[in-house]
Amino acid sequence: MTKTILKRLGLLVVTLLLVTFLAFVAFSILPGDPTNSILGLNATQEQVDALRAQLGLDLPLWQRYLNWLGGLFTGNLGISYNYDMPVGQLLAGRVGVTAALAGLSFVLIVVISIPLGILCARYEGGVLDRALTVLNQITMSIPNFLLGFLLTFLFSLVLRWFTVGSFSAATAQGFWDWLSYLFFPALAIALPKSAMTVKMLRGSILGEMREDYIRTAYSKGNSKGAVLWRFALRNAMIPVITFLAMTIADVVAGSIVVEQVFAVQGIGQMLVTSIGNRDYPVVQAIVAFIALIVVVCNFAADGLYRVMDPRLRQR
Amino acid sequence: MLLHVEHLKVTFHDRSSLFDAVEDFSLQMEEGEVVGIVGESGSGKSMTAHALMGLIPRAKADISGKALFRGADLLAMSRAQLRQVQGRELSIIFQEPMTSLNPTMRIGRQVEDALRVHTKLGAGERRARALEAMALAGLSDPEKLYRCYPHQLSGGMRQRVMIAAALVLRPRLLIADEPTTALDVTIQAQILDTLKDINRTEGTAILFISHDLGVVKALCQRVVVMRHGLIVEEGPADQVFYHPREGYTRQLIAARPTRKKLRGGGEDG
Repeated sequence: MTKTILKRLGLLVVTLLLVTFLAFVAFSILPGDPTNSILGLNATQEQVDALRAQLGLDLPLWQRYLNWLGGLFTGNLGISYNYDMPVGQLLAGRVGVTAALAGLSFVLIVVISIPLGILCARYEGGVLDRALTVLNQITMSIPNFLLGFLLTFLFSLVLRWFTVGSFSAATAQGFWDWLSYLFFPALAIALPKSAMTVKMLRGSILGEMREDYIRTAYSKGNSKGAVLWRFALRNAMIPVITFLAMTIADVVAGSIVVEQVFAVQGIGQMLVTSIGNRDYPVVQAIVAFIALIVVVCNFAADGLYRVMDPRLRQR
Repeated sequence: MLLHVEHLKVTFHDRSSLFDAVEDFSLQMEEGEVVGIVGESGSGKSMTAHALMGLIPRAKADISGKALFRGADLLAMSRAQLRQVQGRELSIIFQEPMTSLNPTMRIGRQVEDALRVHTKLGAGERRARALEAMALAGLSDPEKLYRCYPHQLSGGMRQRVMIAAALVLRPRLLIADEPTTALDVTIQAQILDTLKDINRTEGTAILFISHDLGVVKALCQRVVVMRHGLIVEEGPADQVFYHPREGYTRQLIAARPTRKKLRGGGEDG
């Protein structure tokens, strides 16, 4: 057991190193140079060279990576080229926003899809099941940014439940205003994923309901509801948990796009801006942060998997 | 009379076709009696058992006839009425001990399940009754097994767990649907002995279903031979085994591996 955990932890570290290194490589291959956006296109070659030396961009790739890695361990993420302030400070306020957005999205996915998945399986072929199947198809095929526009149109422009673009004002008004603004972008991220989770949970439960042990449960006089809740659900949740863990990566990635649509000042928005400006230290920090979240969530899912399935515990 | 089945018929229907799994089955059983149903696979013997137990979804098949269990017709009961009987007066064990238990539930909880459904006993009392049933089913060290999961047990032990779970409320009739088919011969003999003991000490009637006439003869007083959903032959076990009237019964007997055939090899082996 301890050995398994250590193995997984090792894998976690290797994954993070690999992802951050690949990000370094990707930006050294991409055309464009941060000195252009800092000095402008009319700078002389001497000025450019001097700045490159100052930023450390004249060093070979592996050395730059090692420097960055060294900084990471001492809590120094570098200075943003564009904003001229420490990356840590720059991101501090925004990380919370994106984390809240992603967290809220994930909670919505769970709250929407688990009960609906159970209901669909319980009343298979019923009105709700058929209606949701159609709705699922629609929601699944709409990308989250388009859903974001539709939600903005409906709730902001038609119903006037919130004012799009008023995120910083809402932040100033206090926690609940802040959270209720985030509710709509979170919904845009959550709905397509919820549709998939409902479909998956429904299928998983119905699959379990055909197993031999379900027949045993019926033979003891259990009602259909009891069989579903006490016997099928736990087994059916095992693959769904894996799916939800993978969803977290999509949720974080989804927030990058959806933050643009709803004008939410999170790291997603910052990432897009910084890529455009070739603001490497910022991009690098955000990539590392997202990778960390994804890897840690998968790690947690693996642990939960073991709790749910006793057959995995002994290994 | 414990069980009186008359003209049981089970017809499966999907969109295009009808299929009679059981065409015409009748049987009478007294309290405490051990009766065997023998037949090849597809003869309708398991379907008969599942129909009596109420395990065939009514949407999938038409079931007609009568099955009076202690005077009440199992086939005419509502689902709620049937649930009152299932697991309490009428129990079943299945052919597949490997898959018939819930992989994520501890053995103890599965043995207790019928108690949970049918009684208001507290956890301590349920546990005591479960341990008792596990001992009755021939499981040694039930205290330890109580906390185990199915995958930690051998096939024979799992079948004993199934037996314990079926017997926890001391039903009047236990339907055993090929309970030893998936187990090796030594374990098979031990399980048969356990069922015999339970019949003797608890007075539980057993309807034992098997494709192996020899196994049935070892356990049952009376045998019903089935083929294609119909009863071919019926009578005292010894008589059917040693003096079969029907050609089909003789084929069933001849199909058994005997020691002589196994040793001799040849075309029979």
